[in-house]
Amino acid sequence: MLALPPAIAADNGIGQVKVAKGRVTVERRGQTLPVEIGARLQTSDIVRTGDDGSVGITMNDNSLLSVGPNSMLSLDRFDYDGATQRGQFDSSLQKGSVVVISGRIAKQSPDAMTVKTPSAILGVRGTEFAVSVND
Amino acid sequence: MAVLLAACAQTSGIVVLLPEKDGNKTAVVVKDGDKEIVLDQPYAAARRSPLGTRADTTTPQEVQARFGPALAAQPARPTAFTLYFVEGKDEFTPDSQKLVETVFTEIASRPVPDILVIGHTDGVGTDQVNDALARRRAETVRAELIRRGVAPENVQAIGRGKRDPLVPTPDNVAEPRNRRVEIVVR
Repeated sequence: MLALPPAIAADNGIGQVKVAKGRVTVERRGQTLPVEIGARLQTSDIVRTGDDGSVGITMNDNSLLSVGPNSMLSLDRFDYDGATQRGQFDSSLQKGSVVVISGRIAKQSPDAMTVKTPSAILGVRGTEFAVSVND
Repeated sequence: MAVLLAACAQTSGIVVLLPEKDGNKTAVVVKDGDKEIVLDQPYAAARRSPLGTRADTTTPQEVQARFGPALAAQPARPTAFTLYFVEGKDEFTPDSQKLVETVFTEIASRPVPDILVIGHTDGVGTDQVNDALARRRAETVRAELIRRGVAPENVQAIGRGKRDPLVPTPDNVAEPRNRRVEIVVR
């Protein structure tokens, strides 16, 4: 397995892993990569945690995501313009748990940040919340 | 058979609105098919079971039981600092010079700091002059951070000229509070 580079000079990605415990991986273009503190994430990454795993991510718009054990979270879309502080952030939690503190993107309009679960879609209006999905 | 399959595809789960640190009014809207539940009070919850989604409440104890490991993995919140400049220069005012040490303490407290430096000017001068000055102010701060050990790929400098004043003024008015950089440490 290739390790995720801690930082890529040309592309700082959409967010950075700030906290990682236990087994945490990212699925990117069909490859499974181990995740360490400092790793940069990209759009379409799927973050997975094992029985003992958890991970904390700071997105470029200051959104904070923290994922509990046995989870699967897809970063489906993240477009953010730092100059205008506007964008769109859509993620989906297929299983497990996530705690979200929304950032700049959610301040602009109710549909600018969404989190999907297998049964529902959440629209976020500037907020802290927690979502769990049990199979 | 169709009903059974649908039942198998059901998942259970919960969405909880957590209390906001600064007490701002916030909400999460949970849409499940035609049903819409608005969570706008702390510990308001939407619970999903094979019977459907319903509005409910939860407790800090249940949140801790379900979300303890996720809560323990939360990254530190971003911290923002504002430093002020002497008119027309990329030199800090004496008060801001002192605050620089606080910024370094904050950076040092984070395992993988990622820093955004945004330079601003007051309204004196043309856009061209102010864009260059704002950029120079941000770059000066970035260079200082790098000189003191922050990895270059972890500091971005942006100049916003006079477009985003802290204190709105007519054009060509000198305003010390607008001659600033914001440093976001996250």
